[in-house]
Amino acid sequence: MSNARYDTIIIGAGMSGLAAGIRLAQYDQRVLILEKHYLWGGLNSFYKRAGRRFDVGLHALTNYVPKGTKGAPLSKLLRQLRLRHDDLELAPQSYSEIAFPGTKLRFSNDFELFRSEVHERFPHQIEAFERLVAELDAYDMFSPPDTDISAREVLKDFISEPLLVEMLLCPLCYYGSAREGDVDWYQFAILFKSLFNEGFARPEGGIKPLLDLLIKRFAELGGELRMRTGVDAIVHKDGECQGVRLADGTELEANCVLSSAGWAETMRMTGDELYDTHVNEEEIGKLSFIETIFVMDKTPAQLGHDTTIVFFNDSTEFDYQRPKTLIDPRSGVICCPNNYQAKTPLKDGLYRVTTLANYDRWKELSPEAYSEAKLQSVEAALQTAAPFSFDPRPHEIERDCFTPLTVERFTGKMAGAVYGASRKRLDGRTPLENLHIIGTDQGLLGVTGSMLSGISIANRYALVPN
Amino acid sequence: MTRDEIILAVKDIITTIAPDEDLDGLNNTDPLRDQIELDSMDFLDIVMELRKRYGVQVPEEEYGVLNTLDGCADYLLPKLEGQELKMVNA
Ligand SMILES: Cc1cc2nc3c(=O)[nH]c(=O)nc-3n(C[C@H](O)[C@H](O)[C@H](O)COP(=O)(O)OP(=O)(O)OC[C@H]3O[C@@H](n4cnc5c(N)ncnc54)[C@H](O)[C@@H]3O)c2cc1C
Repeated sequence: MSNARYDTIIIGAGMSGLAAGIRLAQYDQRVLILEKHYLWGGLNSFYKRAGRRFDVGLHALTNYVPKGTKGAPLSKLLRQLRLRHDDLELAPQSYSEIAFPGTKLRFSNDFELFRSEVHERFPHQIEAFERLVAELDAYDMFSPPDTDISAREVLKDFISEPLLVEMLLCPLCYYGSAREGDVDWYQFAILFKSLFNEGFARPEGGIKPLLDLLIKRFAELGGELRMRTGVDAIVHKDGECQGVRLADGTELEANCVLSSAGWAETMRMTGDELYDTHVNEEEIGKLSFIETIFVMDKTPAQLGHDTTIVFFNDSTEFDYQRPKTLIDPRSGVICCPNNYQAKTPLKDGLYRVTTLANYDRWKELSPEAYSEAKLQSVEAALQTAAPFSFDPRPHEIERDCFTPLTVERFTGKMAGAVYGASRKRLDGRTPLENLHIIGTDQGLLGVTGSMLSGISIANRYALVPN
Repeated sequence: MTRDEIILAVKDIITTIAPDEDLDGLNNTDPLRDQIELDSMDFLDIVMELRKRYGVQVPEEEYGVLNTLDGCADYLLPKLEGQELKMVNA
């Protein structure tokens, strides 16, 4: 091995890796982040096409709270990274909605709107809903949760109106469930808080300024970031992780390795033996998405649509499964980035629509069939999405579409599983000493969640050497 | 450092960690957690800053002694003997 030993090596320059890197560099560790892609951000990155910048992930930064709010996840995150709330330049949402045929529930960054909407639409469920809210308020986010409890089952104990159960599950599944047909109860509690009690915002200018801020901070603190440098293998001996081997054969030594590549993906890097013993292929994530972004010559508001995000479903039952066909257009998410209360309005009108997609079906297509399938999938998605919003096609200047294969190509997530494995590793431990999991497969998702994941695992295992 | 300087040093560290908190009214005897918003992540940062600025190690079992400003002063007085106060947020 080379003699340049690092305190910590981090695999992946996504949200979790960057946040962990800043934490450790802040306390003078010698930290190296290795990223195989040529851009940072992972699932929350950006790219340029025909002179326009597109965000990959980011519909909404969840967990939004105003400046000065005490004890909230976003406040903790800012404090840990020594960032100011103002640095993020967050534009809050107007309002969003859960839309099923004939019933809508609006919500905003003020919980009272959601509460009153539920009371109005489901007058027989007021007490039940309030009991649920109280239960969630009291939920202890910091005690080790039981990961096998189904939110669907718990909700049925509280709420007797099936439609309300489905309507509550829809946005929470879409914004963070790695489990088919359901959400883990502890995730439900975290997500409910982050979507309804707190809320949505968008950094002015999208994800890039936030990423720039993180990259700059990491560099100022002396952290080292190497792009286009994939980790091929995790080097270990006698149950202890010693470092990593790069694609070109170089070995780098470290006291601690944090991996945001995912559980199965990380175990694969340790070799067949640990992979075979510790990866249950049933648990590799099955849920992936297809998203199309339309650039329009009008803003959504000019077309009569002022909702920020719509979680739609075209029947009374919400079916959150890997579809049997290329996509499942029956439900999805529509995001209009123009409908945040930004200081500087966006130049173009934007319309993004996401639905569930099946990785295997996309994988087996020939290149020509792939392009054709994209076109048809968008048509199908808009058939259901347009009635819940509007049809962006007459105003289209440009469009771009990404599929489960795109997610896999740019983030290395097996099967393009955006929310990772169905079983999370909340303690961040692996079978190897000094190797820990951060980000998606540790269990905290989304921009805010994955950053907190990187921070808390770095604090626990990498900051204070055992 | 004197006791008073140690209390200044700790307050300066808290200012770095929690710039939005108002530290003017802090007393030395009540738990810090009761007076301002500090969680276990923040206490870890106090320990880390002490190590970074003054090279003092506080083992995890002893974090409890940092609960109050008086506690900090008692605990750190022998450890910081002969060291100069370093104010980052002057
Ligand atoms: C379409 C879409 C919309 C989304 N919308 C939102 C939203 O609105 N709000 C929200 O909060 N979240 C959203 N998310 C989710 C959010 O993006 C993720 O939960 C979060 O970014 C995960 O961060 P992470 O650090 O865990 O993982 P990742 O972002 O996947 O980071 C892992 C990184 O590791 C790198 N890597 C993997 N293997 C290796 C290797 N062997 N060597 C080197 N590098 C490697 C990858 O290239 C990647 O950069 C969305 C995601 C998608 C796909």
